[in-house]
Amino acid sequence: MSSPVRQIHLAAHFPGVNSTTVWTDPTAGSQVDFASFEHFSRTAERGLFDYVFLAEGLRLREHKGRVHELDVLGRPHTLSILAAIAAITEHVGLVGTLNTTFNEPYELARALATLDHLSGGRAGWNAVTSSDAFHGANFRRGGYLDHADRYERAREFASLAKELWDSWPDDGVRADASGGVFLDDGVPSRVRHRGAQFDVDAVFDVPRSPQGRPVIVQAGDSADGRGFGAEHAEVIFSLHTRFDDARAFYDDVKGQLGAWGRDEESLKILPAATFAIGDTAEEARERSREIALSQVRPETALTYVEQVWGSDLSGYDPDGPLPDIDPDTGAETAKGWANRHASARKRVAALRELSESEGLSIRETVIRLTANHTFVGTPDRIAAEIDRYVQERATDGFTLVGHLTPHGLDEFADRVVPLLQERGSYRESYPEGATLRDLLGLPAARRVPAFATP
Amino acid sequence: MTDQVHLAIALERAGWHPAAWRESTARPHELLSPRYWAELLRTVDDAGIALATIEDALSLPDRFDASEPLRRDRVRGRLDASLIASFVAPLTRRIGLVPTVTTSHTEPFHVATALQTLDFASRGRAGVRLVAGASSAERANFGRRSSGVDTLPPSGRVEDSPELLAAFREAGEFADVLSRLWDSWQDDAIIRDVSSGRFLDADRVHAIEYEGEFFSVTGASIVPRSPQGRPLITVLAHQSVPYRLAAERADLVYITPHDERGLAAIRAELQAASDELRGPGERLRVYADLLVLIEETSSAARDAAARLDDRAGEPLASDARIVVGSAADVAEAVRELAAAGVDGVRLRPARQPADVAAIAEQVVPLLRSTQTLREDDGAGTLRARLGLARPESRYVREKVAL
Repeated sequence: MSSPVRQIHLAAHFPGVNSTTVWTDPTAGSQVDFASFEHFSRTAERGLFDYVFLAEGLRLREHKGRVHELDVLGRPHTLSILAAIAAITEHVGLVGTLNTTFNEPYELARALATLDHLSGGRAGWNAVTSSDAFHGANFRRGGYLDHADRYERAREFASLAKELWDSWPDDGVRADASGGVFLDDGVPSRVRHRGAQFDVDAVFDVPRSPQGRPVIVQAGDSADGRGFGAEHAEVIFSLHTRFDDARAFYDDVKGQLGAWGRDEESLKILPAATFAIGDTAEEARERSREIALSQVRPETALTYVEQVWGSDLSGYDPDGPLPDIDPDTGAETAKGWANRHASARKRVAALRELSESEGLSIRETVIRLTANHTFVGTPDRIAAEIDRYVQERATDGFTLVGHLTPHGLDEFADRVVPLLQERGSYRESYPEGATLRDLLGLPAARRVPAFATP
Repeated sequence: MTDQVHLAIALERAGWHPAAWRESTARPHELLSPRYWAELLRTVDDAGIALATIEDALSLPDRFDASEPLRRDRVRGRLDASLIASFVAPLTRRIGLVPTVTTSHTEPFHVATALQTLDFASRGRAGVRLVAGASSAERANFGRRSSGVDTLPPSGRVEDSPELLAAFREAGEFADVLSRLWDSWQDDAIIRDVSSGRFLDADRVHAIEYEGEFFSVTGASIVPRSPQGRPLITVLAHQSVPYRLAAERADLVYITPHDERGLAAIRAELQAASDELRGPGERLRVYADLLVLIEETSSAARDAAARLDDRAGEPLASDARIVVGSAADVAEAVRELAAAGVDGVRLRPARQPADVAAIAEQVVPLLRSTQTLREDDGAGTLRARLGLARPESRYVREKVAL
């Protein structure tokens, strides 16, 4: 007997503030006007995606002491734009990236519960940690948390947020007008939490939302990050997109779930993915090449290596070989980029190896590293590949980002989604009244009530 | 002197009477539903109300309600007002959306970018009502501060309480940082210059480098300059220290006069504070608050108020003047305030949605028929509607001054 067809889950990532997002295209629109979010979220709903996904901005990126000029910059406040999108959509989930370092649990938990109420159960939270003094300089708390403390704070933050959400029972609002009882005694439970990071004696003020708890998404990839994922996350947004790599990651993280009493389906892994579609394989390759050249323009390539080397390399030819000088390990030219923590020497060595083994110029090396599209092919080919990843348990689906704002997913929704449906591994319509948990096939949030009462 | 006013409305869950949720017209089970807020805001938008404030607090008990144990015959629980405003932004057309934000716990950076985002989503209709101070219940929820006060000192004056005075200084810093962040991108910062590969001109984006007594904020906003340039800053004020905060930092102040003499005294104090503290630019707009309960006749309204008071177990008390009466009575009270020279009147409905509907369907038409209501000329943004110019970024001015 054949095993049942596994269902593919897709998330729609609004293009961000890095070179993936091509703004030089004449059709590229605003990254902040609401019309862009309207178009984008309607496409996501037309394509029956599980959720739209937004990153978060805490400080504008800088390069060589100036605000970075080459990429799209500026974006909306994550929660505010999701609340507005909730008003103009009916089904699609709304997942925002919100950090645990420069927010307070009470405030963020109430905002997420609010979003869940306003959207009828479609809210999700990509919980990330922020680290550095650069971002901290915009916030009361300021300062710096080292890596371990970041995750300690993240774990405690997530636990406390869950306690706050769980402090109201499902039917907590009595509102008995004739008896004059709005809330029963003991509702909500008081949340007393004393930990290394937070010391609160809280009474949560948002009654339980449709999902009970918003869906928790996680993106960190370190051992601490994976541990946080296994304990708290319900979706992981990973960067492991190559098939073998994706499957190894899938096995590792899902293998840790048992220790927390969780089963395989209680966590979905949706790696980031980019794509280029063509009518033929050849046309798709040309398209991918064209997009890559727009993503990594000569000045973008130089900026990239300047960030790795930590010095001004403006004299170098982007179409020539990598700089032959040693990196300046004392300098930090780039501020505000994520996932660039590896040491300069190690990164330079990796770049050199790639460049020398294949005879690549600066620009071609950077293209290989940052503009290597995940899925390149005909719609049929892309649908088959995505399906293979999911059926063979390398992922549960993907978090797709297009290279254009706001219509970068239109072609995918119109040409690839119908083929996924034909394969029987993608929904034909949204189930009526489904919450984001329902769309993701996640178990309902089990409430762990506290004991004390206010 | 003008005798026309804008009408504003102050939305608060089931209404401003503590027993409002027990009325047959109330919808106490829907206070957290998207439909409830969408319908309320659409009603007042369609009626031509200029702006709606939305109440908020960061605690289950109401602010300054430290009664122990918690009274269970009152509405408890609420949604984040800033997100309600963002949610209704695409569902409304012209009304200003003004959520309440407390300045003692929140991050000015997050609040600034949330309001800019509201300004984009509403296409230029964002504002905020800033509230200073932190109740003990709010402090316990955050666990970050131990000091603070819940009540006014015996004198009733903010300046006699070091903690409250500090809270107002913090609110002033907060407002200052909001407007600096809102100015941090010049309008023309995004250049999209394909030939040089530059998306923006870094010289037109400015780190605010703010260091104050309560916080520092270094960088520029993460959001480009929004349609209004600066969303509206508003405050509710009852005495000198808040009047001075309004005069120095706000675009609009809500006041609570109980009679004509009281109004004159408040306006004089606001004027003096403005002369001393207010920079060049627009004059402070002054809106008077009225708490209103409306029935077909004055006596029916008095009966309803008595019924509600009876259920609440005490007579309705408010900082604002209370008008219990017919729509004509409320319209007359608004006309008196208009004749006394306020820029606007903010109505606090005793019961939602009943008194909101009465305002929209009866009070507004009455005011319109007597030309008491300031009509708009199809102005797009909230600032334009209220006759406020779109401010230029201060960083542009600084540059010119060099």
